[in-house]
Amino acid sequence: MANVISDETIEYVGILSKLKLDDAGKEQAKHDLEQMLDYIDQLGELDTDGVEPMTHVHPFSNCFREDVVTNGDDRENILKNAPEEKDNMFAVPRTFD
Amino acid sequence: MSERLNELTAGALGKKIQAKEVSVKEALDATFAAIDEKEESVHAYITLNRDAAYKTADEVQKKIDAGELTSPLAGVPVAIKDNMCTEGLKTTCASKILYNFIPTFTSTAVENLQNAGAIILGKTNMDEFAMGSTTETSAFGVTRNPRDITRVPGGSSGGSAAAVAADECAYALGSDTGGSIRQPAGYCGVVGLKPTYGTVSRYGLIAYGSSLDQIGPLTKDVTDTALILEAISSYDKKDSTSVNRTDTDFTSALVNDVKCLKIGIPRDYFGDGLDPEVAAAVKKAADELKAAGAVVEEFDLSLVKYAIPAYYTIADAEASSNLERFDGIKYGYRAEDFTDLHDLYKKSRSEGFGPEVQRRIMLGSFVLSSGYYDAYYLKALKVKALIKKAFDEAFAKYDLILGPVAPTTAPELGKSLSDPIKMYLGDIYTISVNLAGLPGICLPCGRDSKGLPIGLQLIGDCFKESTLIRTAYTYEQLRGSF
Repeated sequence: MANVISDETIEYVGILSKLKLDDAGKEQAKHDLEQMLDYIDQLGELDTDGVEPMTHVHPFSNCFREDVVTNGDDRENILKNAPEEKDNMFAVPRTFD
Repeated sequence: MSERLNELTAGALGKKIQAKEVSVKEALDATFAAIDEKEESVHAYITLNRDAAYKTADEVQKKIDAGELTSPLAGVPVAIKDNMCTEGLKTTCASKILYNFIPTFTSTAVENLQNAGAIILGKTNMDEFAMGSTTETSAFGVTRNPRDITRVPGGSSGGSAAAVAADECAYALGSDTGGSIRQPAGYCGVVGLKPTYGTVSRYGLIAYGSSLDQIGPLTKDVTDTALILEAISSYDKKDSTSVNRTDTDFTSALVNDVKCLKIGIPRDYFGDGLDPEVAAAVKKAADELKAAGAVVEEFDLSLVKYAIPAYYTIADAEASSNLERFDGIKYGYRAEDFTDLHDLYKKSRSEGFGPEVQRRIMLGSFVLSSGYYDAYYLKALKVKALIKKAFDEAFAKYDLILGPVAPTTAPELGKSLSDPIKMYLGDIYTISVNLAGLPGICLPCGRDSKGLPIGLQLIGDCFKESTLIRTAYTYEQLRGSF
């Protein structure tokens, strides 16, 4: 079964992925996605009825802890990595007028 | 004599340092001299840590002299894959999107080494965000295989494997999500081990596929592998998938004895696509272990071909989620021109991530999206359960599984990236180990007619690293020096 990715679907994938695709990029992405999905479709050959999906191999349960702050204030070093900062905060473009 | 210190194993160098036969500075001088000589052709490192390394060397030497640092790794220089955070030292994941990122904390695995007195030489090259099998998807240029510089070192921990093979470090750390320690170890002719999931803390390891990622050592021999694994393994509250193990005394497994050990060889690992020279070398290794007293049998593992599509569904799904954090706001690359906040996100990510990373983010986003989640992601998780069951059945009969690490020896540079699915097929022998959370080790078992190293892979049941180490150590004695 050959998968066909529509223009709408690739547009949607671009939104979910937060990636800006130009026309050539969209065509390439459609091709790559179709090819990979055709390949992944072979999993359909396996009967998995009644099989419990496995997220982790070990039986991990939630790790709870008291909500206590253990790290110190490292604001200066953290902000050094910011592309733009203002008044000791991360700067972002105006989001509404 | 100091000009050859860089060629010693970590264990041997550490002993000389403890015995005051050589100083930490002399060890560092020899290693940086090798780096200066070889980096132009090999390019194993993205960032060198020269000044800080010498400063640390002074401090470590003082502690050794005062008897405060007695670890066999004290003063021994190490290379760290560039996806492990190191405080104050640039950590790029070989991506433009993190081209200038300087972490404010250190990953637990690296911190464990630092506590033992290790000296960090620098950060090694890799496939961008560990997505690749050749180290060619790095944003900072390719690494060349020191055994033949026209060929790739493998990946994604290609820089770490190359640095070990070229004696540009005593040992290195890598990470393995689908074979990224074992396959480059095979291509470069060094030893690489991927521990049982949860053995080494992932805190500070920049996540790719969180349910699959493990940090592990790349070394010059099996003794070093045990030594380093022992040092980096730890229960860590900062990693909620960390396992509290009490059996991490891995050096005690360095025993030359495989008598009565039951080894299974999956017939499915010797089918189409496997280079005959690789098959012959791996079978010869099995014969040698048999001659030493192991019981060796062939069996059908089953489901082998389904591991690759299941892996790429799960790993890419996790990657699409993990890589959401790179948005051009808090750190890393930000696009110069943008119209609004969303445009900033999109442009920064499109300009910052390379093609393979974008491909995987898009596939991952797709398989997690509503309407496709059950058909792809959930299906893959069910197949993962079946694969785990197949291994459980195998380990009911065998102590370990033996096979090749990759279908071929190292390919030539520039020949792999044009066909992603063909490249993914190269992961066939390594990838199911990550899905099942198992430990695996790769060590050299010969060379092909071109003189390229061939990797032997041993796979153990969960928490059975000691069986792997004992068998690998015994094989290493049988094989002799590589």
